[in-house]
Parts: sequence; structure tokens; C-alpha cells
Amino acid sequence: MKRRDFLKGCIACGAAATLGVSEKAWGIGSFEGYPDGMGVLVDLTRCVGCRSCEAACNKEQQLPAPDAPFDDKRVFEEKRRPTEKAYTVVNRYDTKTGGGPVYRKIQCNHCNEPACLSSCFVNAYTKTKEGAVIYNSKVCVGCRNCMIACPFNVPAYSYSSALNPVVKKCIFCYDTRLKYGKPPACVEVCPQEVLTFGHRNDLLKIGRDRIKEKPDRYVDHIFGEKEVGGTSWLYLAGVNFDQVGFDTTMSNEPILSNVKDFLGIVPMVLTIWPALFTGFHLLATKNKNHTNHEDGHSEQEDHKP
Amino acid sequence: MKRHIANGVKIVDSHYKVAGESKWDLKDKLLLGLTPWQYIIQAVRNPFNWILAVIFAVGLPLIAIRFIFGLASVTNSSYDYPWGLFLCFGLFAMVPLSSSGFMLGTTVEIFGRHDFEPIERLALLNGLLGYLFAVVYLLVDLGQPWRLPYPMVVAYGPVAVLFLVGWHVATYLSVQVCEVSVSFFEWIGFPVGKQGVRKITLGLTVSGIILSTLHQGALGALFNYAPGKVHPLWYSSAFLWLQFFVSSIPGGLCMVIVVSTIVLKTMAWRCDANFLDNLDKLTISLAKGASMGLITYLVIKLMGIAHDNKWEYLATGWGAWYIFEIGMGVILPLILFAYSIRRKIMGLIRFSALLTVFGVVLNRLNIAMITFNWKLAEREIPRWREVIISLTLFSIYLVVWRFILYRLPILYTWKTADERATAKEPARGYVTGGETEPAMAGTYRSRIDERSGIAAQQWP
Repeated sequence: MKRRDFLKGCIACGAAATLGVSEKAWGIGSFEGYPDGMGVLVDLTRCVGCRSCEAACNKEQQLPAPDAPFDDKRVFEEKRRPTEKAYTVVNRYDTKTGGGPVYRKIQCNHCNEPACLSSCFVNAYTKTKEGAVIYNSKVCVGCRNCMIACPFNVPAYSYSSALNPVVKKCIFCYDTRLKYGKPPACVEVCPQEVLTFGHRNDLLKIGRDRIKEKPDRYVDHIFGEKEVGGTSWLYLAGVNFDQVGFDTTMSNEPILSNVKDFLGIVPMVLTIWPALFTGFHLLATKNKNHTNHEDGHSEQEDHKP
Repeated sequence: MKRHIANGVKIVDSHYKVAGESKWDLKDKLLLGLTPWQYIIQAVRNPFNWILAVIFAVGLPLIAIRFIFGLASVTNSSYDYPWGLFLCFGLFAMVPLSSSGFMLGTTVEIFGRHDFEPIERLALLNGLLGYLFAVVYLLVDLGQPWRLPYPMVVAYGPVAVLFLVGWHVATYLSVQVCEVSVSFFEWIGFPVGKQGVRKITLGLTVSGIILSTLHQGALGALFNYAPGKVHPLWYSSAFLWLQFFVSSIPGGLCMVIVVSTIVLKTMAWRCDANFLDNLDKLTISLAKGASMGLITYLVIKLMGIAHDNKWEYLATGWGAWYIFEIGMGVILPLILFAYSIRRKIMGLIRFSALLTVFGVVLNRLNIAMITFNWKLAEREIPRWREVIISLTLFSIYLVVWRFILYRLPILYTWKTADERATAKEPARGYVTGGETEPAMAGTYRSRIDERSGIAAQQWP
């Protein structure tokens, strides 16, 4: 092969290879959330498991009617997770420490650095400045990588739709309420004041104050303050968090930081490989028919049997 | 086929039915030189086709059901296990086995090891079809497959690993189509196209290495998004991408051994002497390469455990399963390779290659499915319909693979005019319309001769 042809080929293919990925690895710093981002503080010590938040969510988001009515307590017999028909669910946990069952509301926690967002290859997710993580069903391809990535197992998928299956999850009532500064439907309806809506920074102060005022009532931890880089929804509990279904082994690093190692090598491979392997090629093939060196440059080792 | 050949049927292996006289037309080429009736008879006689027919009879309607009624009608469609068998087997397990294309491409084109040429095309085809069908599996699994081009044209999520996978698989597929097209151009008789591809072969191969390194690794990095879900023994934030990439090397090489064994057992009639005579020697070389890949992979696996100090997990039930995977899929093949390569026990080498392939597939299934969500109580068992559809897609893959191998000059060398010219006095009269293609078509395969000083004869 002529050297000119060879160089032409290299440039053409190098360009093709770079095309898709050159913009890949730009800085992924840590992001603490928008300064004015809103959030909700969930105080599990106040929740009585009335499930009115579930009903309010169902109505606000125009979800299909539930299998069992919202005052049916039998749903507590099993541990549920958010589904395509219910963006929020309340579970009951019988703790060993006594003091009756603890109820926990589950919904999207609206991470500061959402894993769903960073894993989405069509950028269907947006973290709004109000703090909500919203989803654009118009571009979603349906790869469901967000469901793999979400550390809280929140996104659900409408598998039964053939033509327009989409991800279904809590969007903080962004379209109908949050955008206009109003609290989400579940917060507004809660009769026990379990849910407090406000600026995330203020909620952290409120949470700390509550722990300080009643140290025997609360575990000294606000779940969501630091977990996976922080979440807009924060939890206070009277029992250890692992007893009420939280994953307490979660790292404080956002999920994205696990992928940084790999993203970092992408530009390295793109820049080093072409020269390295064309170099190998020249080293391995030049003057090959003059000397009979067959060894040394091949990963296949010696070919002589 | 054997029966037909025994009966003196001539199988298409060049443009010319009788040297220098009549040409095969496209229908002859498609029917391998048999009459339609003969072709149907041989197809019906083949018991494997009956098995395929049964699979298709069940599977194709199921695929139709999937697209008419949605994923919920055929899969378990679970929220906690969003990736089922289609992706875990079709994408995550097939892609590493398809690294053969870039491995052999590198060996031949970059390192100039032209002694691997007899098997290069088989490896390239294995690579191309592996990727192609990974995309087919993906299309079946995606919620809205018609939006697959979206990350390229509609909305970009450039920090997502999947974005990189998507772009790379798409680019790499086109690179592989180019690489394999050489055989197609020979077969169809379009030497200009072939020459064009030959010119950029080195560039194609280098970009193949880049793309493969990155997307094989990226498939592993996809699971870096799920640090709490993949079992710690299989998870490593620093090394997961490297483990995926490195294991794809023995995976791809051993897949070539496995595939060539299947070829040897089922379609030896299609192979020429160049392929058959070199196969054992090349198999040993591939096995050596695979052993080196395996030992590297083993060390990186252990490094992953040591790096995060996860040794205590080895004492658990998952640990036993991990030891099984490494033992059966990495250590045992290593020992068997070491033993059989030295003694040239071909059967054992081929068996070890199969074990290695099994090990790579098991590793991907473990990460993507079996140990995924290890903290959750219930495990996902694929629904039977999902299994049947996966099997059907795999059967389609086999049919396409066989269709191409029967026809294109992959297992045999396309007999070109200049070779005939050396064999007998050329009959110049048949060149119609100033057609000079046969000579050019011969230049590729005669390069070895060129290097050894014998210039390829040019057709006037």
C-alpha cells in the first residue's frame, strides 16, 4: 500500500471515529444543585399511612384508577415501588425497636445530579432550576438505561404500550404546579404535615433544627442531604434508615462520578491509538521481506507450529 | 451439498462456469450453481433446516406479537429489571464475541501477518454479523425502535456512555460493512469498489481498533451507572470497562475457533485447500492469543477485587458463583489451552475455546442479569416467550451467516482470471466491452506472491 493512500485512509477514518465522541469528556464537576432549587422535607415520624398523597398524585397526574381504593390498608402487606400507574407509594415497615409501624412515602427524589439524566443518550431528562427532574417523552427511544441507573429504582415504563411506551415517574408536579411556585399535590393534601415544601437550603435548616430540638425523636441524619450528590427530597426518620427500606450503603458521590474513569480514557484512546497502531504497523511490516523477523510485534506470538 | 458435489455438480467459485467461456449469472451465483430443484432438495434434506423451521414457526409470530401488543406481551416487563434477555444475551454477550473482526483485522493489516489471511474473512464476517444482530436484538428490545437514530440527529446526550456506544456501534458497523464488502465485490464482480476499499483498509482497521476499544469498554462502563445494583464482586468503578474490553479479546478469538470448527464440521465442501490446510496451525495461533488475553483478564479481574478489597464477598453464595464463573470460564480454559497447545491436541483446543466463549457469555449474563439487583429479594427469570424470541433471532443470525458463507468467497479464494491465466493459455476472446475487472480482482489475493517477488500477472 502506498504511503499516501495509507495516510488518506487514516485521516478519513480518524475523522469518522472522532465525529461522535470528541465532545464526550468535558468537565464533569460536582454540582450542588441550583441555589433557588425547591425541595420537600419528609418527616417519617409524622406519617400515619393515610395514603391521601397517593390519591392526590393520581388525580393531579391523571393516572388510571388504582387496582385497590386508596383507603385500602391491605396494600401495606407487601412492599411496593412507584409504577407507571402510581408515581408515589407509601409502604409500611414494622420496626423491631417498638413504637408501632413506620410509613415511608416513595417517589422520585429529584437528585441534584440525576443518574437518569446523565445516563440518557438523547437528553430526555432535565433538572430544572426549580429543582424538578422532568422528562421529555418526545425524544425517548426506550432504552431504559435511566431505570438501570436510578439508585432509588424510581422510573417505571409503560411496557404495555406498543406504539408509545414512555418512562413514567414523579415530575414534582412541574407542569401544573412547581413552575408557578406552587407545592406539589401530595404536599398540599397531606393532613399530618409530613411534607414540608420550600427551598432546599431552608429545608436542610428546618431538618437540623428538628433533630436538635428533639434528639430522642429523630435519628441524627437527613437522608438526601449528601446521598448520591444530594437530592431535592429529604427525609427525617425516627428509626435507622435501613429499617425503613433506605439503602444506607449509598455513596455521597453522584452516580456520574463512577463513570468518569471511563469517560476520561475516551479522548486518550482517540488521540493515542491511531499513532500507536500505525506505528506498530510500520514497525511490524517495514523491510519485512528483507529480514525474516516474524516475531516480536504480534499479539498472536509465534505462528510457527 | 456433499451429495451434489459427489454427483459432479460444479459449485460457483469464480465468475466463469467454464474457464474463459460462459459466465455464471446472478441466479446461478445465488443458487450456488445448482438448479432450483437441486437447491430445494438439498435444503429439504438438511435436518437442521427442519429445526429452524420449527423455531421460526413459533418465534416469528411471537415477534409479531411483540410489535403489535408491546413489550409487556412477551417479556416480564419488570421495572426493577429493565434489561431482559434480549439485551443481556443479544447485546452484552454477542458484542464481545464479535471482537474477532478487529482482532484479525489488526493481526493481518496492522502487524502484517498475512499468514492469518485464510481465516481473516471468517473473523470479519463473524464480527459484522455479531454487531448487526446485536442491533437487531436492540431493535426488538427498544420501546420505540423507530427512534433509534434520535441520538444521532434529534437530541444529543453526549455525557451518556450509551451515546458513545450508539455512535461507535453505528460507525463500527459501517467500517465492518466496508471490510466485508471486499468479498461481496469479488463475488458480484465489481472490482472498482473492491479497490476503493483496499485503499483505505489500513485506515478502516485502525479506526476499527479505536472504536472497538471504546465501545467494548463502554458496554462495561454502562454498568458503572449501577454501583449499588451490580454485585460488588462483578462491579469495579475503575476496572469494569477494562475487564469488558480485555475479556472481549479471548472472547472474539475463541469465537473464531468455535465458528471455524462449526464450518469444518458442517460445510467443509465450501472451504478450499488454503483454508483447510492452514486451519489447525491458525487455530493454535489463535488459541495462544486467547490464552494471553485470558491471563490478562484473570489478573485484571483479581485486581478489581483487590483494589476495593472485596475478598470477603468470595465467602458468600454469590462468591461461589463468581468462583464458578472464573474457574470454568477463565482458569480451566487457561489450563486446557496450556496443555493442548503444547501437545497440539486440536479437539481439546477447540473445546477450551468453547469454554472461553461460555465464560464470556456467563460473565455478561452475570453482570447484566443474574447478579443484577443482588440486594432485591426476587430475581428475574425471563419469560418463555422472551427465550423463544431470543432463540428465533439467533436462528435468523445463523441463517444469514450460512447464506453468506455458502456464497461469498470467505472460506474459499475467489478464482480470478489471472490465476486461470497462469493455469492455462488465456482465451482473450471472452472479454466483452473492454471489461478488465478480473485482473484487478485478483490483485488482493495475489499480494502474497507479490511480496515474494512474483508479480501478479496483469490482464491486457
